[in-house]
Amino acid sequence: MAEKTYLQAISDGLRQEMRRDKRVFVLGEDVGVYGGAFKVTLGFQEEFGAWRVIDAPLSETAIMGGATGAAIMGLRPVAEMQFADFVSCAWDHLVTVAAKQRWRAGTPVPIVLRLPSGGGFSGGPFHSQNPESSFAHIPGLKCVCPATPEDAKGLITAAIEDPNPVLFFEHKHLYRRIKGEVPDDRYVTPIGKARIHQEGDDVSVITWGAMVYTAEEAAKQVDASVEIVDLRTIMPWDRQAVLDSARKTSKVLVLHEDTRTGGFGAEIAATIAEEAFEDLDAPVKRIAAPDCPVPFSPVLEKAFIPQVDDVARGLKELISY
Amino acid sequence: MATGTAVDVVMPQMGVSVSEGTITKWSKQVGDHIEADETLLEISTDKVDTEVPSPASGVISEILVSEGQTVDVGTVLARIGGEAGAAAAAPAEAAAPPEPAQAAAPEPATQAAAGESEAAATELAAPLAQPAQPVAQENGKSFVSPVVARIASEHGIDPAQVPGTGSGGRVTKKDIQAFIEAGGQQQAAPAQTVPTQAPAPQAPPQAAPQAPAPSREPQAPGSGETLEPMTAMRRGIADHMRRSLDTSAHVTSAIEVDMSKVVAIRQKLKKEYGAAYGVNPTYLSFIARATVETLRDYPWVNGEIRGDQIVSKSFVNLGFAVELTDGKGLIVPVVKNAETLNLLGMAKAIADVAKRARDKQLTPDDVTGGSFTITNPGGYGTFHGTPVISQPQAGILGTYAIVKRPWVITDDNGADAIAIRSIMNLTLTYDHRLVDGAYAGRFLRDLRERLQTWGEADY
Repeated sequence: MAEKTYLQAISDGLRQEMRRDKRVFVLGEDVGVYGGAFKVTLGFQEEFGAWRVIDAPLSETAIMGGATGAAIMGLRPVAEMQFADFVSCAWDHLVTVAAKQRWRAGTPVPIVLRLPSGGGFSGGPFHSQNPESSFAHIPGLKCVCPATPEDAKGLITAAIEDPNPVLFFEHKHLYRRIKGEVPDDRYVTPIGKARIHQEGDDVSVITWGAMVYTAEEAAKQVDASVEIVDLRTIMPWDRQAVLDSARKTSKVLVLHEDTRTGGFGAEIAATIAEEAFEDLDAPVKRIAAPDCPVPFSPVLEKAFIPQVDDVARGLKELISY
Repeated sequence: MATGTAVDVVMPQMGVSVSEGTITKWSKQVGDHIEADETLLEISTDKVDTEVPSPASGVISEILVSEGQTVDVGTVLARIGGEAGAAAAAPAEAAAPPEPAQAAAPEPATQAAAGESEAAATELAAPLAQPAQPVAQENGKSFVSPVVARIASEHGIDPAQVPGTGSGGRVTKKDIQAFIEAGGQQQAAPAQTVPTQAPAPQAPPQAAPQAPAPSREPQAPGSGETLEPMTAMRRGIADHMRRSLDTSAHVTSAIEVDMSKVVAIRQKLKKEYGAAYGVNPTYLSFIARATVETLRDYPWVNGEIRGDQIVSKSFVNLGFAVELTDGKGLIVPVVKNAETLNLLGMAKAIADVAKRARDKQLTPDDVTGGSFTITNPGGYGTFHGTPVISQPQAGILGTYAIVKRPWVITDDNGADAIAIRSIMNLTLTYDHRLVDGAYAGRFLRDLRERLQTWGEADY
């Protein structure tokens, strides 16, 4: 057990699986010689060789297509999109082929697609997005969004082990800012199980990724007992944990960094309305980014991404409802 | 699926004084086809139960109010046609109260009078399970969130009794939980009760009664107890009975009547009326006929106190208390202008309102505007009772079982003898504020005289 950054935890988990299973290999832009744009795979090529740590051409289509073919042939590719935003180029292989292959032909497609996502550093519209809800909508894909170093390692291990395509959304803003104790040994954090980040009785926040910390700060600003549910994975997602929390507090705030309309929070809010209607003491509230591209300007980006004050205000509204 | 313009089915205005109604039964469900004028649902107001015909033909695309819910007149209950099925919402079956079926008695079997309240309809507290009832500016106090509604219904609590700390005074989950932990209604109910007061023009603006209204929110059921929600009709009766006792000074006088002549004449007329008109000349129609005649001489028994004025009426609108099946309630249809009816007309009119009560065909205007009421609990053999006056009337006549008794009679020669006669007790319960004991006694004496000396030509 040692304290590690979120980024280090991902790197450790990946390295551990590559040492354990020769079928696991990495491909992506600059993942080899350069060690990855964010240095997640730093030193990997030295350890595992150029055939298992492949510098791909500047083509997400090629990366995804290659990973899909390799997975069908029995390997376990871990492909990296340099930024999650670029995954749109890989859409066809991912959605049309990888997501449906198992249904069409019964072939397992054990791909992990690492997607550095999220904003907060003036990355602008092409380097800041959180496109998880687009893929949560595609049957056949799993979507993982860890918030802590421990979960990052446990979930990258689970993703590699999983026989299905798993999209691993790693939040860039957490890479080096968030540190935590991470077990040295191999362990698996199950996909589809939420984590109660903090327990509370008065109001629930359902969130994931970097917003877990925004919610935690906001909870300190209100005079109430706030429960924070970190979903950890949004497809499959832990409906039971969410409903249990909703039934306990009867007031729910759904928070995400992605834009509002069609964001995964809408699915959560709708499920609560369907399943826990008679336990609600206030309307389910959503806090999310507005429906526009992510701005470059730091001031505008701050206005765009839900901030601690925004969440605190939402919590106060629910508490006083 | 049917497309096109959807037709809204709204809670009908069942008479001028009715402001809300409770859905007792949906005869059709979402997706069913219905013809225009086919029965779509049954509703219950505090005055009548009735069937609501479909305003259009088509497929039911939405049912918006589930059984057991009470909503205001004009509320959209269902939609027919349009984009059928898209937003189909099946009504919750759980809380549906039993359908108050009407009694199928050959003549109105009755208990005490009720149902004519002008006030009860609007004064009823919102049923527990009713969600948001938006009221301008008081939204917070009147809005009941789903969880509060559920907890309230599980514990039999009226959310209006719970002090609210939420936005605009809304009752929050914590408020109602604290209320239950603190012992429920015993703590807060007395301070919160609001006496009902009649807003209708014909009702006297008397001081609101001070007596505490009966507590409506029992605790969770004890061992061996079960809870069920009050129907709108039961609430209406409860409010009206309490209000009547708080308003009038009830006094009851009784008199014994030798009905032998009526029995004999009825025996004869029964065949004749049956063959010629298909009408049964019931004892009740004889008594009603004699009562109307007698009221002519005692206008205050047919009168009313309105404010500090005494109202006399040139007409007799005669109410008949009709019991619904299994004690689920009662209703008082009114025969208007009963002074214009002879015995045949009276028998027909009573049969008509009784049938329409059974068939749920009464409109609220059929049960309002009474000036005097007859109640007939004698069907089960009781010989005496003290019914409650139907406000704002001044009296109610009770009729009881006709029993053969040894009876002292005086023959034409002045000699006494014991004979077997058909004897009936009649009671007049009157409002002593307006009607004095001697006045009531003379009314009963004259009524008895009419019945005892009924001649074959007296119709």
